[in-house]
Amino acid sequence: MNNLEFTILVGLGSFMAGFLGALTGLGGGVVLVPLLTLVFKVDIRYAVGASLVSVIATSSGAAVAYLKDGFSNIRIGMFLEIATTVGALFGAYLAAKVSTSAIGAVFGLVLLYSGYLSSRTPVDPPPDQKPDPLATRLGMNGEYPSLAGPKSYNVHRVPLGFGLMFGAGGLSGLLGIGSGAVKVLAMEHAMGIPFKGSTTTSNFMVGVTAAASAGVYLSRGYVDPGLAMPVMLGVLAGSLAGARVLARTKTRQLRWVFGAVIAALGIEMLYGAFTGKL
Amino acid sequence: MFRTFDWTDQKIEVIIANLLRAGVLLAALLVIVGGLIFLMRHGLSPASYHVFAGEPFELRNWKGIVRSAFTLRGQGIIQLGLLVLIATPVARVAFSVFAFAIERDWLYVGIAAFVLGVLLFSLLGSAV
Repeated sequence: MNNLEFTILVGLGSFMAGFLGALTGLGGGVVLVPLLTLVFKVDIRYAVGASLVSVIATSSGAAVAYLKDGFSNIRIGMFLEIATTVGALFGAYLAAKVSTSAIGAVFGLVLLYSGYLSSRTPVDPPPDQKPDPLATRLGMNGEYPSLAGPKSYNVHRVPLGFGLMFGAGGLSGLLGIGSGAVKVLAMEHAMGIPFKGSTTTSNFMVGVTAAASAGVYLSRGYVDPGLAMPVMLGVLAGSLAGARVLARTKTRQLRWVFGAVIAALGIEMLYGAFTGKL
Repeated sequence: MFRTFDWTDQKIEVIIANLLRAGVLLAALLVIVGGLIFLMRHGLSPASYHVFAGEPFELRNWKGIVRSAFTLRGQGIIQLGLLVLIATPVARVAFSVFAFAIERDWLYVGIAAFVLGVLLFSLLGSAV
């Protein structure tokens, strides 16, 4: 395959990844690395580098669209970014120390978990719990618009959420994904932030987290321009197109299908890791 | 009291979101231009990403990248676009430090400054 053919095919694949990622809210990164490594036989380190860059593009590009909802909580986001960025640096350093098979194995497990998450319906936590005093001190409690006017919410279990965010950042730096799924989990389940607020704040944080490890990847020579070019442009175009379609589709079934695809990729990644093909 | 704070926060977010969009557009433009040059010159050479070799040193640090881009090398221009892209979230955090300072929220000035420090450590590490 020459560079031109490779660019076109990878660009199309990345477009699909970005499109589905936006529709399902899982982000394009999670299918991108398996696509590049399993289908295009790209070395996983190049794949992770290109994926990280596309994650930043998606997050920054979608910020304006998310803003129309006005749900993001800038203080929660900024505070938790301490954990995600430090975690991301740690993950990026780890990526140079462990074998590509180990990275593939961790990736497989994360895919399986993401597949499970996407097939489940989000539930809002009961709103009447007392806030974590730490959350009150940090000025995190907020409100979000609902059909019945603004609803206020309190933030709980800040230390647990902070710890999970460190893990999310580490996975992001190791695997080149936005790990939006883990971030939403930490905010929604651990900290009791409503689903709508969680996803928007998560998107806010994904770009910053990815930027923390992208610098390390760039200086290590893991970001290849010839590969990152079609990946970044494809994912960006796909996610913008997906965000437009999103308003008009029922995402329930789609999430199921996407979840199944992701789980299958997870098994494939694990198989590749254990047979030493990655 | 609360209203003023909310209003300021939202105003900040609008500015930030537009800042991010402008950064992404500029980055995409650079990547497209660089990509066209790259494909015109190397489109028919074989694509080899199976074996990991790592990028040449000049494409790993911002000085080398800028130099390469100004000599109109396709790969250098793409890499410059990616550098702009990585810089957009950094600019967002830098702007937040400034915005929290205007709000006189010193706790969050400190938090945002710490995050900015981590990002700059990562990004400028590539200047060596």
